[in-house]
Amino acid sequence: MAAPLAECVAVSRQFGDFTAVDRVDLSLAPGEVVGLLGANGAGKTTLIRMLLGLLPASAGQVLLFGGPPTRQTRRRLGYVPQGLGLYDDLTPAENLAFSAAVFGRGRQARRGGGDGGGDGARAAAAPEAVHRYGRVLVGDLPLGMQRRVAFAEALQHRPDLLILDEPTSGVDPLARARLWETIGDAAAAGAGVLVTTHYLDEAAECGRLVIMADGRVVAEGTAGEIAGGRRVSVVEAGSWAAALDALEAAGLPAALAGRTLRVPGARPAEVRRALGPLPARVSEEPATLEERFFELTALAGR
Amino acid sequence: MSGVAMSGIEMSGAPGAGPGWWGTDAVSVRYGRRVALDQVSFRARPGQVSAVVGGDGAGRSTLLRCLGGALAPSSGVVQRPRQRDIGYLPASSGTYPDLTVAENLAFRAAAYQIPAAAAAERSAAFLARAGLTGARDRLAGQLSGGMRQKLGVIAAMLARPALLVLDEPTTGVDPVSRADLWSLIARAAAEGAAVVLATSYLDEAERATHVLVLDAGRQIAVGTPGQIVAAMPGRLRVSAGRPPAADRPRAWRRAGRWRVWDPDGQAASPSPGGEPIQPDLQDAVTVAILGRELAGPAGTGAGPGAGTATGPGAGAAAGTGAGAGER
Repeated sequence: MAAPLAECVAVSRQFGDFTAVDRVDLSLAPGEVVGLLGANGAGKTTLIRMLLGLLPASAGQVLLFGGPPTRQTRRRLGYVPQGLGLYDDLTPAENLAFSAAVFGRGRQARRGGGDGGGDGARAAAAPEAVHRYGRVLVGDLPLGMQRRVAFAEALQHRPDLLILDEPTSGVDPLARARLWETIGDAAAAGAGVLVTTHYLDEAAECGRLVIMADGRVVAEGTAGEIAGGRRVSVVEAGSWAAALDALEAAGLPAALAGRTLRVPGARPAEVRRALGPLPARVSEEPATLEERFFELTALAGR
Repeated sequence: MSGVAMSGIEMSGAPGAGPGWWGTDAVSVRYGRRVALDQVSFRARPGQVSAVVGGDGAGRSTLLRCLGGALAPSSGVVQRPRQRDIGYLPASSGTYPDLTVAENLAFRAAAYQIPAAAAAERSAAFLARAGLTGARDRLAGQLSGGMRQKLGVIAAMLARPALLVLDEPTTGVDPVSRADLWSLIARAAAEGAAVVLATSYLDEAERATHVLVLDAGRQIAVGTPGQIVAAMPGRLRVSAGRPPAADRPRAWRRAGRWRVWDPDGQAASPSPGGEPIQPDLQDAVTVAILGRELAGPAGTGAGPGAGTATGPGAGAAAGTGAGAGER
C-alpha cells in the first residue's frame, strides 16, 4: 500500500469538558474513496477541521502527506464544505478565477499540460457550468449546478487529497450520479477522497466506510462488511397502525415501509410476542446498511 | 399572489364529507410566463404516506404550498380540509428561532386552540419519541438542523391534522434524526392523517405508499413505488467499466458501476456491454430526469434563459442545504 495521504493516530479533540473526537485512528491512501458516516454531533466535522489544519488536536497525531497540516499542505488539498464556500454574487467563471489566483496560477501552469488520463480526471467538471451559465451569478444557479462549480473549484489545482463534506445534499439522483462520477474520476487519477454523506445508498460508492458515533469510530469496512449478517424482523399486519402501537408499547422501535413495519434488533419470536393477538405475518430479512447504522449509533447511545 | 387566487378553485371540507382523499386535480401554477406546475393531479389518502420527488425546480414546493394553503393555483382544483385541519411544514421555516422548543409548541397549541392538558400530553409524547425531551428549554434557533426539523414536524402534527404536508423534512438531516422523523411521520399516519412529504431521498420515497415524480412542473410518474418502476420505459444495463462513447449520454454512475439506459430496449452502441438489471425506484426516477434532459433545450427548465428564476423549489432546497433558512 502506498504511503497514506492522511493519517490520524489516536486523535482526540476536547472543547472544555466535551470530547468531540475521541482517540480516532484513520488512514487514507492515494486512489481511495473513504466515506465518513455518522449522526450530527458524531465528530465528523471536527475531525475534518483537524485534517484541514483549521483546528489543532488536543491529543494524538494528525499527519497530512507525512507531516503536520500547514499552509503548504493546504495547496495539495481540495475541500468542498457543506455550505459550498462559493461567492454567490460572482459568476462560476469568476469564482474559479478567484480560487485559481488564491492557489497560485504558477503552480497550475506548471502542472497543467498533458494529464493523459482519459477524461481530464482531476481538473475536470468546470466547463459545462461555466459555459452554460456564463453570466449567471452562482447564487442564482440551481443547487446541483452550484455543487458542480464547487467541485470544479476544489479540483482545479489538482489536489492530491479531496475532502468533501456532504457534497450531494439536496440534489436530484441524476445530478448526484454526475457528482459521484467526478469523485470517482479524481480517485482513479490517484487522489485520495474523504467524503461525508447522509445518503446511505451512496456508501456503495465508497471503497471503505468509517462510522463515527459520540466522537469514536464504531465501525469500519465495506458496506457489506458493516451490514454483516444482521437481520431485521418484518411485520405485515392487517392494520399496521395497530401493530405499531403494540410494538412501541413493548419498547421495540419499528420503522414504517409502505404498509409493512421493520423492526431492527429484534428476533421474530420477540416481535410476535409483542404483537399478541394481532393477526400479522412476521418474517426476517437482511438488515440494510441504514438499519445497521441506526443500531450502531442511535440504539447504542440511548 | 392575490392575482392567481382569483382564477384558482379550491374546495374544502371536513374529512369524510369529501371523496376520501386530499390532493389536486389538474392543478397548474404560473408565475408570469413561467409554468411552475402543469396540470398535476395527485391524491393523498388518510392513513397513508405519499412522497413527492423530483429535482431542483421540479415544482415540489409549489405543489405542497398549494396543499398547505399557502398558494392558490392558477387553474385546477385543490381538495383540502379547512385550514385548522392542515399541518404544514414549509421547506425553510416552521419554527420560531427566538422561542424555546416548549414555547414553540405552546404557541402552536394556543393558535390551534388545543386544550392545554391535551397539548401538554401530545407535546411530551412527541418530544420523547423524537429524542427532544432534554431540549425543551433550548431556543429553536440554537438547535441542530435535524432537531429543528423534528420540532417543526411535531408542531405541524400537534393539532391532529387530517392532512399533514411536510416540505423536505429530512433534507440534510443525518440518518439517526431521519429515523426519528419517520417515527413521527408513521405516528401521524397511524392517527389517520394523510401525510404528503417532499423528499430528495429515494430510499425514503420507496417506503411511502404512494409516490408522485415531478420534473419541471410536470408529473412524469405517479403510483406505488412498484408501479413507477414497472412503468419505466426501455431497459437498463449495468456494467463495471465506463460505457463506450455512444452510450455515455444515457449512462450514469451508481454504486461504483455504470447504469446504461436503452430507451427503446435497443443499445445505441454496436457493442453494448453489461448485464440487464431490474431497475428500482432510484433508477426509474433517474431515467425520468434523464429522458427529459435528453429531450433537448426546451425541456431543460432553469437553463441560461431562465436566469434567476430558479423557482421556489430550488430556492427552498438551497436554503435547507446550507442550513441557513430560518422562518
